[in-house]
Amino acid sequence: MGDLDRLAMYTQMVRIRQYESRIMQEYHADKSPAWDIGAGLIPGEMHLAAGQEPAAVGVCAHLKKGDAITAPHRPHHFALAHGVDMNKMTAEIYGRTGGLCKGKGGHMHLFDPENHFSCSGIIAQGLPVACGQAMAFKRKGTDNVAIAVTGEGAANQGAFHESLNLAAVWNLPVIFVIEDNDWAISVPKDASTAGASNADRAAGYGMPGVRVEDNDVEAMFEAAGAAIDRARAGDGPSLIEIHTLRLFGHFEGDAQAYRPELETVNDRDPIPKYAASLKELGELSDDQIAAIQADADAEVDAAIEFAKSSPEPAPEDALLHVFA
Amino acid sequence: MSTTTETRRITTAKAMAEGIGLEMQRDPNVFVMGEDVGAYGGIFGSTTDLFGEFGADRVIDTPISETGFIGAGIGAAVEGLRPVVELMFVDFYGVCMDQISNHMAKIHYESGGNVKVPMVLMTATGGGYSDAAQHSQCLWGTFAHLPGMKVVVPSNPYDAKGLMISAIQDDNPVMYMFHKGGQGLVWMEKNPRSIGEVPEESYTVPIGKAAIAKEGSDVTIVTLSLSVQHSLDVAEELEGEGISVEVVDLRSLVPLDTETVLESVGKTGRVLVVDEDYKSFGLTGEIAAVIAETDPGLLKKPFSRLAVPDVPIPYARPLEYGILPTRDKIKAAVKDLMA
Ligand SMILES: Cc1ncc(C[n+]2csc(CCOP(=O)(O)OP(=O)(O)O)c2C)c(N)n1
Ligand SMILES: [Mg+2]
Repeated sequence: MGDLDRLAMYTQMVRIRQYESRIMQEYHADKSPAWDIGAGLIPGEMHLAAGQEPAAVGVCAHLKKGDAITAPHRPHHFALAHGVDMNKMTAEIYGRTGGLCKGKGGHMHLFDPENHFSCSGIIAQGLPVACGQAMAFKRKGTDNVAIAVTGEGAANQGAFHESLNLAAVWNLPVIFVIEDNDWAISVPKDASTAGASNADRAAGYGMPGVRVEDNDVEAMFEAAGAAIDRARAGDGPSLIEIHTLRLFGHFEGDAQAYRPELETVNDRDPIPKYAASLKELGELSDDQIAAIQADADAEVDAAIEFAKSSPEPAPEDALLHVFA
Repeated sequence: MSTTTETRRITTAKAMAEGIGLEMQRDPNVFVMGEDVGAYGGIFGSTTDLFGEFGADRVIDTPISETGFIGAGIGAAVEGLRPVVELMFVDFYGVCMDQISNHMAKIHYESGGNVKVPMVLMTATGGGYSDAAQHSQCLWGTFAHLPGMKVVVPSNPYDAKGLMISAIQDDNPVMYMFHKGGQGLVWMEKNPRSIGEVPEESYTVPIGKAAIAKEGSDVTIVTLSLSVQHSLDVAEELEGEGISVEVVDLRSLVPLDTETVLESVGKTGRVLVVDEDYKSFGLTGEIAAVIAETDPGLLKKPFSRLAVPDVPIPYARPLEYGILPTRDKIKAAVKDLMA
């Protein structure tokens, strides 16, 4: 397991948060009319991962070149933490030719083969794909691993259970990461999921299952490190469920009327909490906080600028890329 | 419609929900289940206010387990209940198609007619708002291709309510495929035709009967769903240019009202089929076959069709509008037929 670099993890969390916050602003800024989901420079559905940074940062701190991630409909935090180019990713979200997918994919369909990163808008369906990537790593004799990310709601999908079984019976280097943010759109976990913890489900497939409480990035780092070491050593899959937080709506524009704990959401924000604990340890100063924030601001602003200056695709380009 | 009926202007979404609600009042065997159909009222408003009226026992939020709850709908229907189940986006058919095609649609036939599956599977279709390849498809041609399920495709609030009531009362499985862009949602661009006069009382619109949405004499547009709204806009515009367009709203694909189609084509001698589904192996080809099998001599001009050109739905707006059957493309295709 690599060394715990608290400052690096904090910095990455701030970077992701700045990204999600700015995309939120940009998404709404030029919507005209303001209610129209299809309008604006960023059209369509937008699922932001603010509050869920600890999940991505704790895992990706252990990843190396060649490791794969399949993310769900809420993918930005894992993409950024895994090294997907912020400029190209942003251009894709703006539907531009300079985007990762030339404007074909959009925010739920980001593909970065260089970093073995992909995501899908059909929930839990990235899990079997991660198993296949892990299978390829194993057959090629590398020690790379595949990270399969999904929400707690998606853990009730058939593909989730099929994938756990496959990974276990074939002893694949996969780590299943479940982001339990309490909600699947308007449905709370306890109304949809039998059993309090998805970590317990791992036992049914003979793999280790860990639950990380309190959206704790360091606990996530520990759990992910152990699971990834195990997978690299050829000892098979693991499952980690982190209790995390959906700081924003399910998608942008979600009024969240169904959400009784909305008032306390900001109090549970993991970033100020982590900053406070690092300050207490003497590992972070106010000056550093300001500098880290300024760097993140500049990087995200530049990515948005890059996206906006990238050309729009021509309508006839829609006919390209159906086949190789 | 009797003259004493109270009507008011409501959205397609509200009309659907009202149809379900009236059937729930009438028949205790009717219940609703699906993702976010409860307090949320359905992501596209199809169950608006039903949770408040009927409660969690009859308007059931499900886990994200489409194979599980669609299959459970089948089981409940087999035992005599009348479930109205929602598949949030039709694109999610991929995770549950076995229950739909191999079970819901085949049980009646396989059982030699002994087992009925009176359920409605309603689902959102269509694009136009940059939801990209996995959330923008129509796919009605896929369901209509597979035997054993009726397929209805409303284009306006009045039909949405009447077809819903017919679908619930039908003893067969009915796919009820509504277009997100035709729901009259406050958060999506909408055609004014997504809000319309709807009677308060219960009424039915027959499944398998097309409507002449607008009469005309030069060209027939055969279409369905949101493309009806676009086609009506185009027809009104072309009226000013001296072209008289008849718009046939199919309303249902299974059964298909070939009689109304043939009658209209026989009158105008020119046909354009507009379909937001993929072009090949689908509705547009089916209508061409119906005409060709009956009398190719009905047409004065070669058959014309406008559909998604066999590519997944792309994300960026210029790409998506490059492949959708927009008003401009419909207009150009009609003019080509008149040239
Ligand atoms: C198979 C499938 N069913 C339904 C949906 C619609 N949908 C998108 S996200 C979502 C909720 C997902 O909840 P969860 O897995 O907890 O992830 P979260 O949104 O909380 O990050 C649903 C129902 C989908 N995309 N795919
Ligand atoms: Mg969730």
